[in-house]
Amino acid sequence: MTTRTLPPGTVEAPVIVPPGTPTSGRATDRPPLRREGPEKLTGLAKYADDLVFPGAWYGATVRSTEPHARLLAIDLDEAFDWSRVVIVTAEDIPGENVVSLIDDDQPVLVPVGGEIRHQAEPVALIAAADRGTLREARRHVTARTERLAPIFDPLLSKQEFAHYVVERGDAAAGMKAAELVIEGTYRVGHQEQLYIENQAMIAVPREDGGVTVHGSCQCPYYIHKAMKRALALTGELAVVVQAETGGGFGGKEEYPSILALHAALLALKCHKPVRMIYDRHEDISATTKRHPAVVRYRSGVSREGELVAQEIEVIMDGGAYCTLTPVVLSRGTLHAGGPYRCENVRVVGRAMATNTPPNGAFRGFGAPQTEFAAEMQVNRIAAALDTSPLELRRRWVYREGDITPTGQVLRESVGGIEVIEAAAEASGFERVRRQTANARESRTDGARLASGIGLALAWHGAGFTGSGEVKLASVASVELTTEHRIRILTASTEMGQGTKTIFPQLVAERLGVDYDEVEIAPQDTSIVPDSGPTVASRTAMVVGGLLIRAAERLRVEVEAETGRSFAAGYREARPRRIDEQFVPYPGVQFDDATYTGDAYPAFGWACAVARVDVDLDTGEVAVREVVSADDIGHVIHPILAEGQVEGGTLQAVGYATIEEMKLVDGRYLNDRLATYLIPTSLDAPRMRSILVEKPFSGAPHGAKGVGELPMDVGAPAVVAAIHDATGVWVHDLPATPERIVAAMTGGPMPPAPGVSLEAPDPRQPAIEDLPAGGDPMPFRAPTDPHEDRER
Amino acid sequence: MGYRFFVNGEQVEVEVPGMRRLLDVLREDLGLTGTKEGCGEGECGACSVLLDGAVVDSCLVPVCQASGTSVRTVEGMSEGERLNDLQAAFLEAGGAQCGICTPGMLMAAEAYLVAGGSRDEDAIREAIAGNLCRCTGYTKIIDAIALAAERRRAADPH
Repeated sequence: MTTRTLPPGTVEAPVIVPPGTPTSGRATDRPPLRREGPEKLTGLAKYADDLVFPGAWYGATVRSTEPHARLLAIDLDEAFDWSRVVIVTAEDIPGENVVSLIDDDQPVLVPVGGEIRHQAEPVALIAAADRGTLREARRHVTARTERLAPIFDPLLSKQEFAHYVVERGDAAAGMKAAELVIEGTYRVGHQEQLYIENQAMIAVPREDGGVTVHGSCQCPYYIHKAMKRALALTGELAVVVQAETGGGFGGKEEYPSILALHAALLALKCHKPVRMIYDRHEDISATTKRHPAVVRYRSGVSREGELVAQEIEVIMDGGAYCTLTPVVLSRGTLHAGGPYRCENVRVVGRAMATNTPPNGAFRGFGAPQTEFAAEMQVNRIAAALDTSPLELRRRWVYREGDITPTGQVLRESVGGIEVIEAAAEASGFERVRRQTANARESRTDGARLASGIGLALAWHGAGFTGSGEVKLASVASVELTTEHRIRILTASTEMGQGTKTIFPQLVAERLGVDYDEVEIAPQDTSIVPDSGPTVASRTAMVVGGLLIRAAERLRVEVEAETGRSFAAGYREARPRRIDEQFVPYPGVQFDDATYTGDAYPAFGWACAVARVDVDLDTGEVAVREVVSADDIGHVIHPILAEGQVEGGTLQAVGYATIEEMKLVDGRYLNDRLATYLIPTSLDAPRMRSILVEKPFSGAPHGAKGVGELPMDVGAPAVVAAIHDATGVWVHDLPATPERIVAAMTGGPMPPAPGVSLEAPDPRQPAIEDLPAGGDPMPFRAPTDPHEDRER
Repeated sequence: MGYRFFVNGEQVEVEVPGMRRLLDVLREDLGLTGTKEGCGEGECGACSVLLDGAVVDSCLVPVCQASGTSVRTVEGMSEGERLNDLQAAFLEAGGAQCGICTPGMLMAAEAYLVAGGSRDEDAIREAIAGNLCRCTGYTKIIDAIALAAERRRAADPH
């Protein structure tokens, strides 16, 4: 038994919770233990860098050191004996020089004469038998370039990756009729996924001329597709095997493809296995981040206190290449209104190119950026109306039958009000808010510390956006093997979230056998079908649903053959394999051309209440507690689901308070763990997570996914709590001490997050000497309440 | 003349440069890949091992400093095939997700428990403050260590 002590001020008795004990809304059966847990706990689990391939060489990447340039030549210093190593340039690429994803703009290696578009752009590869030779060779390669003018500000960029308009009603007319109009501009910066295992790939040349890569990844079939194209290989010759993966959070969705190609090119040239294991510095410098965004927001409220109009402009910085940016922008645009009923909405989303390393997937995938803005607006409106932020959400939150800006009717599984009530009650929100308000009013000038409480609400579309799932047409299989074993075959990867545990659990339940009787095949593209990528909180809902259907078909077939229950008869039944392919959820339709219809088959709903202490002298924030309630449809495994909520919440707390990439000349300055900080156990708040179940009928088990939801609510809840403590709104994330002090004192705001400073002028001695108005953005975040426009 | 020390109770001798990182000696020379590298500069704690009972980042320890010491890694924690009580508590409580921080986290927790650490949440937070985890939010790691502390107290009330 373990006691969690609640912070002072809460009246509840300490909650005594043995790990795994069900509480409200959770399943009553004791869930199975993590499938691969024993290997992870004994050190036997093999992550990429733990795999041994005798005779393997080590690979390294030669990168640009400029944000924008023409590559004139790759110079190899004659002083070095190049016969000791292997060099790969764009000329060695047997197929197309492209990392296949959405657009074909990103090369595997920049060819001579080609354009370098960011600081970490790969131009050549080297492999050597030992690390010392590799380092020495690396020092003797120079990329000769001609510098071109870079663009760092997405608002000044002329190159657009994607553009969406979501429109319903007449936002301009609605705004004119509004009694109160609140405006705001919100800016968020890059966030690094910071999985603790760095990106890693090992390529092994095959005797048949193909190549097998082993590595850390979320989406083996993305890599497989990229290899077929760039290496001109057939599917059988391009094999991808997932190694144990030490966290992904979106960061291992797309980047592993280019790394696998690099390793494979070297392996094919030196005819030896090649290890490409990034160190932390290279990982942070070169891999994708969460997209920075600027969100300009206007909300109109009627005399009766209804939300009558929203005008929203979202600008995301895609970085140098398209990568997944259009899909990230799409999700951000579709979620920008927040989970609130509004008749007149216009959202315009644009994603722009800059000469910074490409941005990509990170838990939440565009929604945390825009929902931060949406929640800031609602909290500011509540303050302007002098009403409770809880009460306002009770009134505005979507209910069953409401219509979203894409015209989607929310027919079922709408848990917004349930999560609001659950989180508000468990956190004692209104009572604590009265306490903090009283404390604020009686505060004297010399006060050092202030406490605050804040609330935020979010929705998160489950699965791929729009017609994405239909296009994926994923397959998942359950097999009765010739050895009479039950085996699951999917490409869905385990990276900590629990795939390898919940899949056997779901299949065992449906077949009526023990959890341990169900095996799971390795995530190897030569063995498992393409179940789609392990992203978008889709694994439990979509692939889990396919497996339940496959198991059900297997059960019916085996019972018909043996005349006994599946459990009693399967060991005598004929071997067979059931492949289940995704079919569209009934009644779910989306029109990509007009951006109307059912943007998602269902939504998850989350409410978070954060409590903070703010040091009024230094602006330092301690997040003390986060209570959250999440409607995830159906709780398959309470411990794993809570683990998702707690982990996502802490990433959101980091996003809100400390995690910020700083850039100069398009290069990340704090590209080490000593300088890019993530929360430690001492920074982490106490967390309570309540799981709410409003099942989605399209999935046989009702699950809607859990991974991303907590990422959407944490940051606005923390910033609302900072406002409750200090009386100031911070519009930019992260809400660092510098930004909080600037807001409190009216002093100059630090530079906007996410925008690179220009290269220091060589005539000026240091970066510190840049003019004080170093903010390269053409406008500055307004500080409330001066820019609120009331009529 | 190599460097001699004990690893998980067995004496080893390695003929390597004295400044080679203990982390590399463990992983590459001795094949003990349970100890992980997360940052290589002592920030993340994934490479934590016990050196004469003290938690150290093995990426910051040159092997010459390990000479004559007793090193304990995650491989020395389980009792044969059986998980020890701390590992079992992590499995039950959900303290391991992706697992990459887990070996280091276990070593920090083990040192805390051996020093008589209790189930007190703040003390546990302090004990694992040098070990970063990106998956769990630490809640279930703290639960697991508290559970193990409780069980050790119950087994040996002194």
